[in-house]
Amino acid sequence: MSALATAPAIVPLAAAALVTAVRSRPRLQQALAMAASVALLGCALALLAQVAAGETVVVAFGGWPSPMAIEFVVDRTAAALVLITALMGVAAVLFLASDADVGDRHPLLLPLLFGVLAGAGGAFVTGDLFNLYVWFEVMLICALGLLAIGARVDQLDASFKYLALNLLGTLLLLFAVAAVYGVTGHLNFTALAGAAPAVAPGLWLAVLTLLMVAFLVKAGAFPVYAWLPASYHTLPAPVLALIAGLLTKVGIYALLRTLGDVFSPAPAVLYEVLGWVAAATMLFGVLGAAYHWDMRRILAFHIISQVGYILLGIALASVAGYAATLFYTLHHIVVKANLFLIAAIIWRLTGSYDLRRIGGLYVTRPWMTLLLLIPALSLVGIPPLSGFWAKLLLLQEAIGQGRVVWTVVALVVSVLTLYSMMKIWMEAFWKRHPDAEWQPPADTQLAPAWAVTVGLAGVTVWISLYPQALLVYVQAAAATLGGR
Amino acid sequence: MIWAVAAALWVSLASGVYLCLSRDVFRVALGLAVVGAGVNLALLASGRLGSVQPAVVPKGQPFLELASNPLPQALVLTAIVIGFALVCFSLALVLGLIRDAGTDDALELRAAEPVPGNDIKPPATDPAHEPEWPPEGRA
Repeated sequence: MSALATAPAIVPLAAAALVTAVRSRPRLQQALAMAASVALLGCALALLAQVAAGETVVVAFGGWPSPMAIEFVVDRTAAALVLITALMGVAAVLFLASDADVGDRHPLLLPLLFGVLAGAGGAFVTGDLFNLYVWFEVMLICALGLLAIGARVDQLDASFKYLALNLLGTLLLLFAVAAVYGVTGHLNFTALAGAAPAVAPGLWLAVLTLLMVAFLVKAGAFPVYAWLPASYHTLPAPVLALIAGLLTKVGIYALLRTLGDVFSPAPAVLYEVLGWVAAATMLFGVLGAAYHWDMRRILAFHIISQVGYILLGIALASVAGYAATLFYTLHHIVVKANLFLIAAIIWRLTGSYDLRRIGGLYVTRPWMTLLLLIPALSLVGIPPLSGFWAKLLLLQEAIGQGRVVWTVVALVVSVLTLYSMMKIWMEAFWKRHPDAEWQPPADTQLAPAWAVTVGLAGVTVWISLYPQALLVYVQAAAATLGGR
Repeated sequence: MIWAVAAALWVSLASGVYLCLSRDVFRVALGLAVVGAGVNLALLASGRLGSVQPAVVPKGQPFLELASNPLPQALVLTAIVIGFALVCFSLALVLGLIRDAGTDDALELRAAEPVPGNDIKPPATDPAHEPEWPPEGRA
């Protein structure tokens, strides 16, 4: 059933309308949001089952023939990312039922949350360049709404910086879309792939550079990542986990789809530049993280650092590189969202996000140590956790191509990542709480938060222990990229 | 015609970027709107300009040779609508920000990222800029 391909965009949009309609009744709104995000997860699983059998689900709007119609194309890459988007939606909505840094419950929070999900889902499945731009705008405006909705002065400050830099990125993207259309006369991905070789090489390089810079702004790559650490830490935790997990990955997906698939092979110099950008992104991101003491800010800088690893896979421009990128993205979204959610639980139990003001959790909550260490060590890449397999795939290919500098940077950055994860562990768990009278509060409402974090840790453990299933899948997905 | 559009595009991009580089946050918002207008011109120009022939295919002809491509005109409409929404949002945001922060100087907007008071350690966050702990009981 090809109409299922529209589900990643239609279901969240319908859900947004539905939860807006019941905005005066918070409990009903929460229940409907939960039902809708589970429905999205069901649709994503159904899509995954179809594409895993080797079928590409295509739907063309308005009954126009290709390449006139706007198409939604769900291949293995898109289906996996849609599934992880839906999973993040369920996690965020369920976490909202707890009291761990969920913010004041604004009636329009859930509609905007579904707007972000619709934007991400639409961007993952669309087969049309202008349509991709529209989904980026949907995500941008909804993310801005979520940033500004709390109306604290730091949130407005963060929204402004997010707006200014991201809007510039979006305008670059629109300019690039205009340039691509001007030189090829197409917007449909399949038609673009056919038309690209006929364009004069110098002109084509300029157009693709513009497109790449636009997506790098969205992905949060060096040196255009300033919007990310300036804004993310002002969000309430479940929204932060969703946005931190998804938004930069949509930029990365767009790069993979264009440089790695539609316009592949792009001029070699672009991949070379992307590789060095990736190395710098890893390094500068992790250095920012090493400096900070606020857990949210540490983790926000780690997003940038990890984006560097993911971009490196695209820069390697091979099937193995793309497979590593995809594996890394899927593992990373789960791990990163989980770390932000665990930080929120730490905040609820100890009273601050600042590591200098908290401590003592190892004595009072010993099992929570394990819960933190699963995603934290996975982010570092300690075997046998999922991050290890992701880095192994990536660095095997980098060494295979003789990219020694990039490999060394990636390994050094892993050590620095370990440093800041250990900082969180030692300060929040191992050391005593600075307030000697401190006891974890008894009147918490954390059951949904535990369910979400343990569930996401379970996904990480599953990827860690059975990487083969995911590996086979991403290799099959990467093999079809560039084969238009 | 295309040169006139190119000149307009150049002027709007240059003036927009100039405004964006200002420290005044209100000018930045206006600058983004002007850059957006310039980019919309580029999008419009991607489908040929200057033809007065209507975009109606005469009978017996498979396509129009001289007419402008109508698709970018549709695209630019979409882009204008989206841009308009974002400009409205950014103006409302900037006005709220100037009112609440008490300044329109971008360099003084440090509520989200406080300035470190010492060379080595990052600043502690102001409790007024943190979520309230313990959270109030929720109905």
